[in-house]
Amino acid sequence: MPIVEFDAVRKNFGDFAAVDGVSLKIYPREFFALLGPSGCGKTTLLRMLAGFETPTSGRILLDGQDISTVPPNRRPVNMMFQSYALFPHLNVRDNIAFGLKRSNRSKSEVEDRTAEMLNLVQMNDFASRKPHQLSGGQRQRVALARSLAKNPKLLLLDEPLGALDAKLREQTQFELVNIQEKLGTTFIIVTHDQEEAMTVATRIGLMNRGSLMQVATPSEIYENPNSRFVADFIGDVNMIEGTAGKVTKRDGEAYAEVKTMSAATLKARCGVPVSSGEKCWLAIRPEKIAVSRTRPRSAANLVSGCVDDIAYVGNLSTYHVKLADGSLIKAQTANRERIARREITWEDEVWLSWSPDAAIMLSD
Amino acid sequence: MTRKFTWFNATSLTFAFAFLYLPILILIVYSFNESKLVTVWAGFSTKWYGELLHNQAMLDAAWVTFRVAFTTATLATILGTMAAYVLVRSGRFYGRTLFSGMIYAPLVMPDVIIGLSLLLLFIAMNIDRGMMTVIIAHTTFAMCYVAVVVSSRLISFDRSLEEAALDLGCSPMEAFFYVTLPIIAPSVVAGWLLAFTLSLDDLVIASFTTGPGATTLPIKIWSAVRLGVSPEINALSTILISIVTVGVIAASTIDRRRAARAGERG
Ligand SMILES: Nc1ncnc2c1ncn2[C@@H]1O[C@H](COP(=O)(O)OP(=O)(O)OP(=O)(O)O)[C@@H](O)[C@H]1O
Ligand SMILES: [Mg+2]
Repeated sequence: MPIVEFDAVRKNFGDFAAVDGVSLKIYPREFFALLGPSGCGKTTLLRMLAGFETPTSGRILLDGQDISTVPPNRRPVNMMFQSYALFPHLNVRDNIAFGLKRSNRSKSEVEDRTAEMLNLVQMNDFASRKPHQLSGGQRQRVALARSLAKNPKLLLLDEPLGALDAKLREQTQFELVNIQEKLGTTFIIVTHDQEEAMTVATRIGLMNRGSLMQVATPSEIYENPNSRFVADFIGDVNMIEGTAGKVTKRDGEAYAEVKTMSAATLKARCGVPVSSGEKCWLAIRPEKIAVSRTRPRSAANLVSGCVDDIAYVGNLSTYHVKLADGSLIKAQTANRERIARREITWEDEVWLSWSPDAAIMLSD
Repeated sequence: MTRKFTWFNATSLTFAFAFLYLPILILIVYSFNESKLVTVWAGFSTKWYGELLHNQAMLDAAWVTFRVAFTTATLATILGTMAAYVLVRSGRFYGRTLFSGMIYAPLVMPDVIIGLSLLLLFIAMNIDRGMMTVIIAHTTFAMCYVAVVVSSRLISFDRSLEEAALDLGCSPMEAFFYVTLPIIAPSVVAGWLLAFTLSLDDLVIASFTTGPGATTLPIKIWSAVRLGVSPEINALSTILISIVTVGVIAASTIDRRRAARAGERG
C-alpha cells in the first residue's frame, strides 16, 4: 500500500495553477526525489503534504487516510525546510528536542532521543551552541536531526543541500542516503539539481509547469525518457529533428528509421509509439557516440562532420562536431591517454557512429 | 555625497543642538541652585531634591504617574503586539488597508483631538473620570507606537520558523509563545519602554481625561509653574528627564542589539 497518494491534486494561486492535476503514489521506505526547473510547483506540492497549503481540488492520502483537513501539527509528517528554519533563540540540543517536548513523552525519553539524534548527525560537540555559531553544513545536520527526532513516517526535505558547496554537498548526499537506509523512513526530497536526484533517489518524479512529466527510477529516466523535456532536463543530450520512417519490431522493442533534415537515415529505438511520416526527435547521449578519424566498417548510424570545438574536463573530452547541414552534435569520450597524444584535433574530419539502441526516438 | 566637515556644517550643527538642548541644560543646572530665585546662581546644592521628598502632593502625583505609566505600558504592549501580529501575519483580509491606516492614525493625530474625543466618549458613556480613564486614554495612543515597533520586527521575521514549530507539533498558540514571542521579545520590550515614557510625559491627553485624585506629575508641574517656577520643579523635571532618557536609550539599544544579532545571523 502506498504511504502517500496524491489523487488529481491541484493548487491554484489566483487563476495560476502552481500544481496542475498531480497523481502520484509513493511507497514506504522509498527515497523519492521531486525534480524540476524553478517555479514548477515542487515546493507547493510538498507544502500541501506538510499541511501549509490546502489543495484547491483533489485528495492527498496518507496511509490511506484523507488528510486534507488535518492541521500541520497533527500530521505524522516532518519537514526539513529550505532555509533550515532553526530556532535562533535555542541551542542545538533544544532545537532538536523542540518537537519531542511538545509531544507527551517523559523527560528522560526526550533526553535519550535527543542524545541519539545528536549522535546520528555527529553534533555532540556542538550541542550547546546557538544556530548562528554553526557552519552551513552543521546547521543542515541540526535541521535534519530536528526533523527526524519525532520519528516521522515521512520526512519531507525541501532543497536540503541548496546552501552547501559542491564538495560538502556530495558528502552530505551520501550521509542522507545512509541515514535513510538506517532508519527506513520514507524520504521525499525536492531538488532542481538532476545529479543530486540521480545520486540519492530510488525513484524520481520530474515536474514541469505544475505537472508530472515522468516518474521512474534514475536509470530508467536517463535511458528511457518519455519526452523531449525529460531527455533534455536529465543529463546532456543531442536532439536531432526528423521524420519517422519504417517501424520494425525486434525482441519486443520497436525500432524506427528516421529521416533527418539533412536526408541521412538513422535508426533508433522508439521511446513513444510513432507511426511513419510523423515528425519526431531523436535523442542521443554524447557518451554513447563513438568518434573516429577513419570510417568505421559497419555502423548502424553514421554521420560525418568536422570538429568545431573540444571541451576538455579532466577525465572527459567533449567534441563539438559540425555536420554538413550546419547542426552541432556533441560526442564524449573518456581520456585514457594524455592530451598530447590525442589524435583528434580542431578542424579534423571525423566520423560519428552509434548503435540503434543508444538513440531513442521521441515525439514532438 | 561628500562627507567633508565644513564650517557651515559645524555652525549649523552647533546652533541646532544649542537650540534643542540649551534650555534643558539650563533647567538641569538651575535645579542644583542654592538660591530660591530661579535666575540667580548662588552656589551648588542638592537641597531642592531633598525638599521634593517632603512634598507629599508631588510624591502622590509621582506615584499616580508611575502606576498609570506601568499599567499603560503593559496594556499597550499586549494590544499593540496583537495588532501588529494581525496586521503582518493574516495576509490580505477585507478592510486590511483601512485597519492598518487606523492603527497609524493616532501617531499623527494632535493630542488635543485625541484628548477631547476621549473626554467626550467618557462623558457620553457616563464613566467617572480618574486614573482608569487616563490609563485607557494613554493605552489607546501608546499601543499604536508599540504596534509600529513590533510590526517592523515581524515583517523581517522568517515565516518558516513558525511553520517549523507547527510542523514539530505546536498549536498556532504554542508556536507564538515558544517561537515567535521569544524571538521578537527585544522589540516587545522596546515597545513597552516607549509606551512607558510616552505615558510618563504626556500632559495634554491626561489633562483632558483625568479626574479628581488622579493628578499626574506633568499636570502637577504645569499647574505649579503657573504660580511661578521654583527650583523644586527644576529638580523634579531633571529627574523626569533622566528617567525618559534612560528609557529611550534602553529601548533603542535593545532594538539595535537585536538588529545587529539578526545581521550576524543573516
Ligand atoms: N503563495 C503564493 N502565491 C502566489 N503564487 C505562488 C505562491 N507560492 C508559489 N507560487 C507560485 O507557484 C509556482 C510554483 O512555486 P513553487 O514554490 O512550488 O516552485 P518550486 O518548484 O519549488 O521552485 P524552486 O525550485 O524555485 O523552489 C511559482 O510560479 C510561484 O510563483
Ligand atoms: Mg522550492
